[in-house]
Amino acid sequence: MTPLLFVALSLAGGVGAVLRLIVDGAIKTRARGAFPLGTLIINVSGSLVLGFVTQLALSGSLDDAWRLVIGTGLCGGFTTFSTASFETVRLVQQRRYALASVNAVGMLVAAVAAGLFGIVLGRLISG
Amino acid sequence: MTTPAPAHDPHGELPVDSDLAAPGRPVHLAGSSILLVLVGGTAGTAAREALSLAMPAVGGIPVAIFLINIVGALFLGVLLEALSRRGPDVGRRRSLRLLLGTGFAGGFTTYSALAVDTGLLLTGGHAAAGVGYALATIAVGALATVAGIALAAARHRKQAIR
Repeated sequence: MTPLLFVALSLAGGVGAVLRLIVDGAIKTRARGAFPLGTLIINVSGSLVLGFVTQLALSGSLDDAWRLVIGTGLCGGFTTFSTASFETVRLVQQRRYALASVNAVGMLVAAVAAGLFGIVLGRLISG
Repeated sequence: MTTPAPAHDPHGELPVDSDLAAPGRPVHLAGSSILLVLVGGTAGTAAREALSLAMPAVGGIPVAIFLINIVGALFLGVLLEALSRRGPDVGRRRSLRLLLGTGFAGGFTTYSALAVDTGLLLTGGHAAAGVGYALATIAVGALATVAGIALAAARHRKQAIR
């Protein structure tokens, strides 16, 4: 990996983190329930985009440098595991066990399904 | 946190809304918040990529991303518990949360790679490895978060005794 690509990938991750801040903040001002909906939407949508660009790069329709910047950088910085895990633990501390299991296992299933859907979309587009 | 009520403010007795960084502007849209998260997120992503390049996948399982997510969950647990025990989420504590939590830990850890790598393992004939990798990340990550919270709480109690 060239130093320039490494810097571009890292900066894209910073931009992804800012997008997460803005999207999560916007969702929190609208949905003030106990369930952390923002992180779920962020992680599922980011997984869809990563699946899509991964498939485009695998099929040769997208330069691998763009997969690294958009996928590893932007989607990697946009989505987050640490906050998802913290929010699950907080739901357990609040004895909201059903919401905690949705946040842990439900998010995982939804994100994997979204990633696979992104791969299928990528296949359809690259033919 | 309360501030002296200005003479013209009919609600001056109410506490300051912690969601407002500047008058009328929510914290997630403030320029200072965006800069802190940009810097932290860039550094976290750089650290994630450096570790990923140094540690190749073993049998299709991205060991680096697994370890990154566990260490990042532990770190965020320590950070958020330590900050909340020091006081409300304002001023320097909020800046540290945005820089190190939302920015660094958020950019360091990742969910999209976990989801897509799991999907590729499941559809690539390695279903057991995929399920194992995903569930181990979720379970060990939750334990790491709990451990991080406990570490910060224990350290806080120790300091209170001194």
